[in-house]
Amino acid sequence: MERRTLSILVRNHPGVLSHIAGLFARRAYNIESIAAGITEKPDVTRITIVVKGDERVIEQVVKQVRKLIDVIKVVELDYADSVTRELAIITVNCSKETRGEIIEISDVFNGTIVDMSEKTLTVQVVGNERQIKGIIKLLSFFGIEEMARTGLIALPYRSTRD
Amino acid sequence: MKKNGASIIIESLIQNGVNTVFGYPGGANIPIYDALYGHQGIRHILTRHEQGAIHAADGFARATGKLGVVFATSGPGATNLVTGLANAYMDSVPLVAITGQVPTHMIGNDSFQEADIYGITVPITKYNYLVKDVSKMGQIMAEAIHIATTGRPGPVLIDVPKDIQDMSAVYGKYDVRLPSYKPNVKGNTMQINEAIKAIDTARRPVIYAGGGIITSSAVKELVSLSRKGNIPVVLTLMALGSMPSEEDLNLGMVGMHGTKYANLAVRECDLLIAVGARFDDRVTGNPDNFAQDAKIIHIDIDPAEIGKIKQVEIPIVGDAKTVLGIIAEKVKSQPRKEWVEKIKKYKKDYPLKYKHSDKKVIKPQQVIEAVNDVIDGDAIFVTDVGQHQMWAAQYLKLKESRTFISSGGLGTMGFGFPASIGAVIGRPDKTVINITGDGSFQMTIQEMATAAHYKLPIKVVLINNGFLGMVRQWQQLFLGKRYSYTDLGESPDFVKIAEGYGVKGIKIEKPDEVKPAIEKALKHDGMVLLDFRVEREENVMPMIPAGGSIETIME
Ligand SMILES: Cc1ncc(C[n+]2csc(CCOP(=O)(O)OP(=O)(O)O)c2C)c(N)n1
Repeated sequence: MERRTLSILVRNHPGVLSHIAGLFARRAYNIESIAAGITEKPDVTRITIVVKGDERVIEQVVKQVRKLIDVIKVVELDYADSVTRELAIITVNCSKETRGEIIEISDVFNGTIVDMSEKTLTVQVVGNERQIKGIIKLLSFFGIEEMARTGLIALPYRSTRD
Repeated sequence: MKKNGASIIIESLIQNGVNTVFGYPGGANIPIYDALYGHQGIRHILTRHEQGAIHAADGFARATGKLGVVFATSGPGATNLVTGLANAYMDSVPLVAITGQVPTHMIGNDSFQEADIYGITVPITKYNYLVKDVSKMGQIMAEAIHIATTGRPGPVLIDVPKDIQDMSAVYGKYDVRLPSYKPNVKGNTMQINEAIKAIDTARRPVIYAGGGIITSSAVKELVSLSRKGNIPVVLTLMALGSMPSEEDLNLGMVGMHGTKYANLAVRECDLLIAVGARFDDRVTGNPDNFAQDAKIIHIDIDPAEIGKIKQVEIPIVGDAKTVLGIIAEKVKSQPRKEWVEKIKKYKKDYPLKYKHSDKKVIKPQQVIEAVNDVIDGDAIFVTDVGQHQMWAAQYLKLKESRTFISSGGLGTMGFGFPASIGAVIGRPDKTVINITGDGSFQMTIQEMATAAHYKLPIKVVLINNGFLGMVRQWQQLFLGKRYSYTDLGESPDFVKIAEGYGVKGIKIEKPDEVKPAIEKALKHDGMVLLDFRVEREENVMPMIPAGGSIETIME
């Protein structure tokens, strides 16, 4: 089963997110992540959804989503051809001995230390899926206390298009 | 001019040609009912249960092709609409439900008679609203009616807090501008041409017609395509009546309890022309084996239906009437002699049949046949759900569309009788016959009070077998006769119940009394309940078990 990224433009209307999320839930499509926020037009929201499924299933989902009255546009984004970003905030256990190492890891992934206590460090990192996965993997050796992720947002690359 | 929210609701309905509403009042919609008081433009029918009201609105819409409208109060009133909304949603019936809600400042507090009906109905409505600003009331009404009645029709719910009903706003004229909602009516010309080519070259084509034919009034186009190309037609439950039963090429219902010849035609066709049909599992059985040797053309207004169950070679998104009209005009006229002969032979070799009784017990099929004899297709038939529904679908002779009304997608017991109320209100010129079972009828039996009050001359044909018959049939066939809780026990005295409600009741126990009883009922002015005591363990045949195919048919 492949993972696909759907970019959905909707009328900014109360309840629209629940309509969309409900549609996925009802048809037992697994949402890996969902992120919503307004766009350059104040009355339009962009919802980015990452789902798992084969081509037929995705085609069906897209049709069902398109059918919702508030949905203006649905596109499937090609991973290789899109800017994709996610934000994660990770609180990791640390001691005097490991603090330096954690900061080093954070630096490598362009992370920022946003909070620090005697026993923890909180790292904020922005990146594509691969980067987020990478830093989580390395930090988990120290024990992750708590973590929050935003879900993926994405837009197609324009620079490489003719 | 300024009006309060409640009056805006009523005015918008009138402006959109609505003059009949079904409903039930309560604390949270008192202002709406106040706006109705003494109003000349709208007739309101008070049922005895909100489920009755919404099924009645549904039956009204199906019988007339117009919008059905229902009012209910907040909380329990609104939740009593849930079954009816799901029912209308599954069968694509244009309906607007307007519910009262607790005042805006109390929403979310678990207030008295509060329910999140907006949230509850998201999956069973085409769209829904919670009105938070009275200045939007007029616009929302216009949008809701537009959404309910266009494209693939469906129910729309508008939840209106009580304070919004009381507040005033300017009411004007509203344009519906929904940039994200544009049903495609015309169909792609290239695809249509592909379809025509495929039909012209097919040797054994079959049209598989669904409820969309009736919704889009495509009956004439369907019949003309079938006649011109000599193409046999199989119908879904929802499409019954869309082709007169008399037509030679009409093979009747297809699927689980369809005719053997309809199912054989689909099995052997080389081209399946699906129109306004959605490949429901009660039709296809195992979809892999359904029309397995055929190329498929699928015409539907709803793009999400195409390719949902079966891969389709020629998809056409568009309105059935428009698309079929073009196709019927452009296809070659062909005799298709060999195919038509074969179908005729199937029809002769595998007719619907049942064992006639030894004259002592009434057979349910015989009751339906007697109805045919007496009425000759000149009525609107409304069924409930169960064996009686399938016998009605198999045996009734129909002449025109919108004369067979049945809960297809959801299969809602208790739908039939209140839907008959809607049908007779919408079509007072027609005889309305409700064919029901003793289980189904008792789910909404209290609506007899409504029929009595409004003097509605509905004739109820109760096929009384003392069982939840359809479930019992499954238990008999697949579970070794373990009749777990399907025996309804001692039958109530339906005649007395009818009389208690002030309508006429007749109990019929002998085969030779069947026809005279129906004749008598038709002569009677008001409502009549005919309680036919029938053979208790009769089965609906033929039957293709769930998920099966023609190879597994039981006869
Ligand atoms: C509201 C509801 N509950 C349960 C069912 C399941 N069900 C389908 S058919 C049937 C039996 C119907 O009995 P009856 O109305 O007496 O008709 P019969 O099959 O005996 O003709 C039942 C219980 C249903 N369809 N709807």
